[in-house]
Amino acid sequence: MIPQAGPPLRGDDTAWMLVSTALVLLMTPALGFFYGGLVRRKNVLNTMMMSFVSLGVVGLAWALLGYSLAFAPGGGWAGGLNQALLRGVGLDTGSWGAFPRLLHFAYQGAFAIITAALVSGAVVERMSFGAYVWFIGLWSLLVYAPAAHWVWGGGWLGKLGALDFAGGTVVHINAGAAALASAFAVGRRKDYGRQAFLPHNVPYVVLGAALLWFGWFGFNGGSASSAGPVAVLAFVNTLLAPATTLVVWLLLDLWRTGRPTAVGAATGAVVGLVGVTPAAGFIAPASAIVLGAVVALPSYWYMIVFRPKAALDDSLDVFAAHGLGGITGALLTGVLAQRAWSAPADGLIAGGVGLVGIQAVAILAVFGYSLVGTFVLLKLMGLRMSLRLGEKEEGIGMDLVMHGEEAYNRGEGAVLVQERREAGRGD
Amino acid sequence: MKLIVAIIRPEKLNDVLESLFQADVRGITVSRVEGHGGEFEPVETYRGATVKMELRDKVRLEIGVSEPFVDRAVQAVMDGARTGEVGDGKIFVLPIDQVWRIRTGERDELAVTPEPRHGELDAT
Repeated sequence: MIPQAGPPLRGDDTAWMLVSTALVLLMTPALGFFYGGLVRRKNVLNTMMMSFVSLGVVGLAWALLGYSLAFAPGGGWAGGLNQALLRGVGLDTGSWGAFPRLLHFAYQGAFAIITAALVSGAVVERMSFGAYVWFIGLWSLLVYAPAAHWVWGGGWLGKLGALDFAGGTVVHINAGAAALASAFAVGRRKDYGRQAFLPHNVPYVVLGAALLWFGWFGFNGGSASSAGPVAVLAFVNTLLAPATTLVVWLLLDLWRTGRPTAVGAATGAVVGLVGVTPAAGFIAPASAIVLGAVVALPSYWYMIVFRPKAALDDSLDVFAAHGLGGITGALLTGVLAQRAWSAPADGLIAGGVGLVGIQAVAILAVFGYSLVGTFVLLKLMGLRMSLRLGEKEEGIGMDLVMHGEEAYNRGEGAVLVQERREAGRGD
Repeated sequence: MKLIVAIIRPEKLNDVLESLFQADVRGITVSRVEGHGGEFEPVETYRGATVKMELRDKVRLEIGVSEPFVDRAVQAVMDGARTGEVGDGKIFVLPIDQVWRIRTGERDELAVTPEPRHGELDAT
């Protein structure tokens, strides 16, 4: 037997956390499909790669340094460096739950990976792939890891009493603010505001949203850190809130254009998932329905009414979906949280007056830090490398220029290059 | 009346449509085609296969116009599609025997877009 420092190891908790980790990991390629369907066909591979590469780059950065910065004992602002390179991250249980710390590392790593990938939606179809890879690697260490420490790693926001069940603040508000900053730092796509950029594959968008929802049961359900009743509550709320948002979004579509859209259904579901994330294990199922309905409104207004006329090219509406959805969800957590439903503090409806204010502090802190941190990081990177492609290359498309591949090749007219032999023959 | 056939870069299609619109040329058919205009052949790699793509995606426009609009349409396509590099494409102007508008049964000059306004044919 492995000696345990914390609570006795539980097989049921460990099993659920293993499954949840795999579910959250699936969300990143799912996001690749969601985003990939929304871009033009000449950029679909690059867009999917922006998500997929995060599995590698951020996963590695998380093991080397990120986990330590977020969860090792340290100060209020960041964790220490003593768990860098996974030192001391073993099979013992502890404050994270009745399962090995190594699993806690993997589960949290999946969160870091998807959060970085979420930001890509603001810079698709123009950002240089090399610069992007540097960006998400550094961003996960300098912006994500400290924010995770503040809320979950024993940092100041957690001590203040801010509630964030599964990452409404750490993941979604953080990604939403970073999206604004990076869209601003990288600049808009050529022809933005002059041409419409239409989704090239709406079925991919629906597939991606469906797989995101599936993975989100691990994202929220696993955030209970056990296989008990709180996981059930989070799981059911992850069903009810996005279901409501989906319906409300389609009704808004009907009201505005007379037709319910598939992209709208997919978007509505994702916005609902974002909204319920901070609240999932803290609110009653009936409250989740209310939350799901309310969270649709600001995101819908921003995305459909305001953003098309905006000068800032947040191409795939990361701020509207994750920033605004996250802010609304975090505030509503302060309203709807109930001790009777396992929340550590009561929200407004249960007589807890102060919680909304604490939630607002957490929102402002993470939003402000991410906005400034991301902008400074990209501006500093911009001194050493070019963040985006030239106009001509952007016109040809990212897939061909950055990756030397095309998504929908017909395969005609491709001539094998046999460099070694041809060079010798000299013809 | 003439049939203008133009082969252009796909990424210039929007520019061409815009300049055709500004030149009052309406009525256009667009197809996605593949071709080779002597331009640089991009190299792509799929696992072990490194290939030179000899055929590039191109867009083919077909525009039937009345005589006074031939030069404007050609110029509009040229303005919209030119980058100055090899592979910008070609414009062919072909004579046509007959044109019929299916909806009304009108033919020839009356059936091509834009229809000549009264007096315009004589003026040019």
